[in-house]
Amino acid sequence: MSALTATKPRGDRRRLGTDRRHNLTGWAFLIPAALLIVLISFVPMIQALILSLQTGRGTRLDWADPLWYNYQRLLGDEIFKQTLGNTFIYLLIQVPIMLLIALVLANLLNNPRLRGKAFWRTAIFLPCAMSLVAYSLVFRTMFATDGFVNDMLVAFGAEPVNWLGDATTARAVIILGLLWRWTGFNMIFFLAGLQNIDRSTIEAARMDGASNAQVFWRVTVPQLRPIILLTAIMSTNGTLQLFDESWALTQGGPAHASMTMSHYLYEISFQRNPNFGYGAAVSYVILILVAVLAFIQLRIGDKRD
Amino acid sequence: MIKKLRDVPGYAFLGIWTIFSLFPLYFMLVSATNTSQDVLASRLLPGGALFENFVKLFQAQDVLRAMGSSAAIALGTTVLALVICSIAGYGFEVYHSRGKDVLMGVLLLAMMIPFAATMIPLFQVFAKLGLVNSLFAVIVPAISTPLLILLFRQSSRAFPTEILEAARVDGLNELSIYARIYIPTMRATFAAAGVITFMTAWNNYLWPRVILIKNEVQTMPMLIVNLSAGYVTDYGVLMLAVLLASLPTVVVFLILQRQFANGITGAIK
Repeated sequence: MSALTATKPRGDRRRLGTDRRHNLTGWAFLIPAALLIVLISFVPMIQALILSLQTGRGTRLDWADPLWYNYQRLLGDEIFKQTLGNTFIYLLIQVPIMLLIALVLANLLNNPRLRGKAFWRTAIFLPCAMSLVAYSLVFRTMFATDGFVNDMLVAFGAEPVNWLGDATTARAVIILGLLWRWTGFNMIFFLAGLQNIDRSTIEAARMDGASNAQVFWRVTVPQLRPIILLTAIMSTNGTLQLFDESWALTQGGPAHASMTMSHYLYEISFQRNPNFGYGAAVSYVILILVAVLAFIQLRIGDKRD
Repeated sequence: MIKKLRDVPGYAFLGIWTIFSLFPLYFMLVSATNTSQDVLASRLLPGGALFENFVKLFQAQDVLRAMGSSAAIALGTTVLALVICSIAGYGFEVYHSRGKDVLMGVLLLAMMIPFAATMIPLFQVFAKLGLVNSLFAVIVPAISTPLLILLFRQSSRAFPTEILEAARVDGLNELSIYARIYIPTMRATFAAAGVITFMTAWNNYLWPRVILIKNEVQTMPMLIVNLSAGYVTDYGVLMLAVLLASLPTVVVFLILQRQFANGITGAIK
């Protein structure tokens, strides 16, 4: 405290001087980070927009005629439509199931009577340590035609399934993989949120004779709404950008039946005959979808307040 | 007793999900010690082929080099990100002003820009600079992230102003206050930020795949995908490679799990 009073006797003018100097010091401290973000995010984002209005192969690019040619081409591109549809299948099926399971698991782990909490938590959270391609390859091995899962099916008298060779089951395996990798991640957010909830609200509901399910839906979930909104936005954002699973688990197949938009974008831009302009147009569809869906979720999340 | 009965479905669900979570990891672990035939025969016990798989893996791929590249990328990204983002977070909070708030708001918008939308121009720029195939090009885009800056900014709120004033009176300049007082005080935040950055950088696949074109320059995630793309996959060897690629992040996770959890959720508190 003596330090605080020691600065006081300095004149007002002098103080303004140091304030200003400190303000400038602050700017100097944050400029490297801010500049990097501008250079690696904002500038390329604008460049990609310009690129999406150009056509040509490799580095020989020219303005498209009409300018929106690449976007027009998207409308008639069956593979693009397929990948867009796939991405929405993953989004609409996987994200709600994952968030619900994560909520239930967090709620169970938050039970003060639960034993071995650290073990359960670590076990469920552990998949987050694996890289996406690493777990994709483990799943691919387990779901191979002559792999573990089919061996189990046969052992129980069922027919083996060509998991990765059929459109529906290939997508299902990707969804299962996503659930495996990300449920624990979201559970951690809900656990952090539950710690901020006043336990007495839960105890009070119990005293009034509410069942576990009633307490969960009527007391716990409403109080977690801001975190549910956050995890929903993060998961939506992530799902729209899925790449590794499509690439390493199913290789987009069969045909393009399980391919994601980012995977298709990579194929257009960096394989065979690179077409940066068309790839950039696909990337802008992803960018717009991320923005629009986040906006819609924020609106819905606010309205219920 | 009634209270305990109510918990039964909960325990059952927890148990089922835990088995689901751990099984693929166990499968990877035992399969790394089995031959490909045994893996396909669903042998779930440790086998004797670990050494044989090691030999085959090291013959097929330059594992040491990929490990080295991955380590250099992950450590380089972590050190640079910690310095750049912590000093920025410190600058935003300790020298707080309205202009800086506006800038922070703009930077946070960058979190909503999908990497896909910046990938092609980034590739073009690094290609023009002649940095294709360089580890530097892998590191640069990962150094400064809005999430880390936000994490440091939020936790800088707990940094006591008294210490700051006292240090100034003692004649320390602003940079020394950051380096000699702020960093040691904020150890917990640095640990949390370090763990998430290291794990993200080690596990990243798409950008290294784009910018590292030469077959000899590859990260561990790239190595395992290349291994699986062969005409005939040796599943024992593949699972050993996947295990080696996952080991560093799994070990870091097991030791610093709490810091990792704080890192991903810290910015929201």
